[in-house]
Amino acid sequence: MEHYNMNLTLKVWKQKNSQSAGRFETYQVKDVSSEMSFLEMFDVLNEQLIHEGKEPIAFDHDCREGICGTCSMYINGRPHGPWHGTTTCQLHMRAFKDGDTIVVEPWRAKAFPVIKDLMVDRSAFDRIIQAGGYISVNTGVTIDGNAIPVNRDNAEKSFAAAACIGCGACVAACKNSSAMLFLSAKVSHLALLPQGEIERKKRALDMVAQMDKEGFGSCTNTGACEAVCPKEIEITNIARLNREYLSAGLSADK
Amino acid sequence: MNWSHFFTSSVGKKIIMACSGLFLIAFLLVHAGLNACIWAFDGGEMFNKAGHFMGSTVVMRILEIGLFVFFIIHIVQGVVMELQNRSKRGSKGYAVALGNRGSKWYSRSMAILGLLILLFLIVHLGHFWIPNRSNQGWLLGEEINLFEKMKEVFSNPVWVILYTVGVIALFYHLSHGFQSAFRTLGLTNHKYINIIQTVGLVYNVVICLAFIMMPISFYFGWVQ
Repeated sequence: MEHYNMNLTLKVWKQKNSQSAGRFETYQVKDVSSEMSFLEMFDVLNEQLIHEGKEPIAFDHDCREGICGTCSMYINGRPHGPWHGTTTCQLHMRAFKDGDTIVVEPWRAKAFPVIKDLMVDRSAFDRIIQAGGYISVNTGVTIDGNAIPVNRDNAEKSFAAAACIGCGACVAACKNSSAMLFLSAKVSHLALLPQGEIERKKRALDMVAQMDKEGFGSCTNTGACEAVCPKEIEITNIARLNREYLSAGLSADK
Repeated sequence: MNWSHFFTSSVGKKIIMACSGLFLIAFLLVHAGLNACIWAFDGGEMFNKAGHFMGSTVVMRILEIGLFVFFIIHIVQGVVMELQNRSKRGSKGYAVALGNRGSKWYSRSMAILGLLILLFLIVHLGHFWIPNRSNQGWLLGEEINLFEKMKEVFSNPVWVILYTVGVIALFYHLSHGFQSAFRTLGLTNHKYINIIQTVGLVYNVVICLAFIMMPISFYFGWVQ
C-alpha cells in the first residue's frame, strides 16, 4: 500500500489520578505517516506536547510487538482499535485516513480503576492468576520435557488458550465488564494438560471466587469479548470453564 | 465449596438462570402443544378437554406451583444480575460504544426483552389464568369455557397486536437464551455448537409461529 501522510483530530481521555474526574482533551496531530504504529503516533504527539510545555499523555506500553499485553486504549469504541486480532501497538496508522477524528478512552471497568489518562490498574488479573494459575512440580533433577505424554489435540487447544496476554480487552468490551474470557483461557490452558490435573478442581473454583472478589461482572455469552480479543481466544473456552466449575463444585466433598 | 457459594458465584448465578430458563423452554413446548388443540376444528371440544386436564387435576395444579417458582426465580435472578452487571462498568461509561461490532443487540438486551415478556405475561394471566382460577374458587372448582374466552379476547385487534409483540420479544429472548443456556452449563464445544444452534432455531421458529397464529386464527375466524 502506498505511503501517505495525514492530519488527525484526537480526542483523548485526560485524568490526573484515580481520584480526579477526568475529561476529554482535543489534540491536532499533523503529518502523521501511514507507516507509523498507533503508539508511535502517540509518541510524536507527546514530543509535541513536551515542546509546548504541556503534560504528555500517559499510556501503557512495553514490548510493542503484540505479546506482552501491556498496551490498552479503547479506540473509536473498540478495544485495541479497528483491526481484528491486533493489539494497539500493532495497529498502524494506515487504518485511518486524512481528517479522521479518533476518540481514545481508557478501559472502563470498576475492577480496572484509571491510574492516569489512558493507564488503568490491571493488577486484578494478577491476583486471579495467583489464586490458581499455577501447577505443582517436584523439585530436584530436571525432568525430561517429553516424559509426560500429551494428547496432541489438547496440546493445540491448550496452546491456543495460553496465547491470552491478559490485556483486558475482553473486560473492556463486555457489557458486564466480565473477565470470563481471560479466566477461561487461563483455566483451559492448564486444565487441558496432564500437568494441570493436580489442582484442576481447586483452580476453577478459586479463580472464579477471586474474579468475583475483584468486582468483575458475570458472563452473559454475548460474544463481544471474542470479537475484540487481539489473540483470538475462543468463547468456547468459557463453556469449558463453566464445565470445569460445575464438575468441580458438584464433586468437591466440602 | 459449600452449596450457597456454589450457586451465588458469578458462574453459579448463571447456572440458575440457565436451568430455570431451560425449564421454561420445556414448559413453552407443553403450552404450545396443548393450545394447538384449537386447530382440531371441533368448536373447542378437544382444547377444553386439554385445558380441563391442566386446570382440574391435582398433580397438574401442584406442578403449576413449581412453574410459578421457576418463573419467579428466572425473573428475580435476571433482574438482580442485570443490575449487578451494569454496576460493574463504574461511574463512567464509554463515549463511543462498541455496539453491534461484537455482539447482537438482542444478546445485550435480554433483561429488557425479559421485562417486555413479563408485562405481556401479566396481561396474558389477566386474560385467562386469573378469571379461570377465580371462577374455580382457586381450587379444583368449575372452569370457564377457555375456548370461548379466547374467541372473545382475540376478537379485539389491540390484544392480537399485543400478543404478537409479546411473542416477537419472546423470539429474540430465546434466540440468545436457548444457546446461551447450553454455553452456561458447559455443554458447548465445536462439536455441539451447530446442533444446539440449529435445534434452538427450529424450536424458536416453531414455538413462536404457533403462538402468533393462535390470536390470528381467532381474529380472522379460521377457528370457530
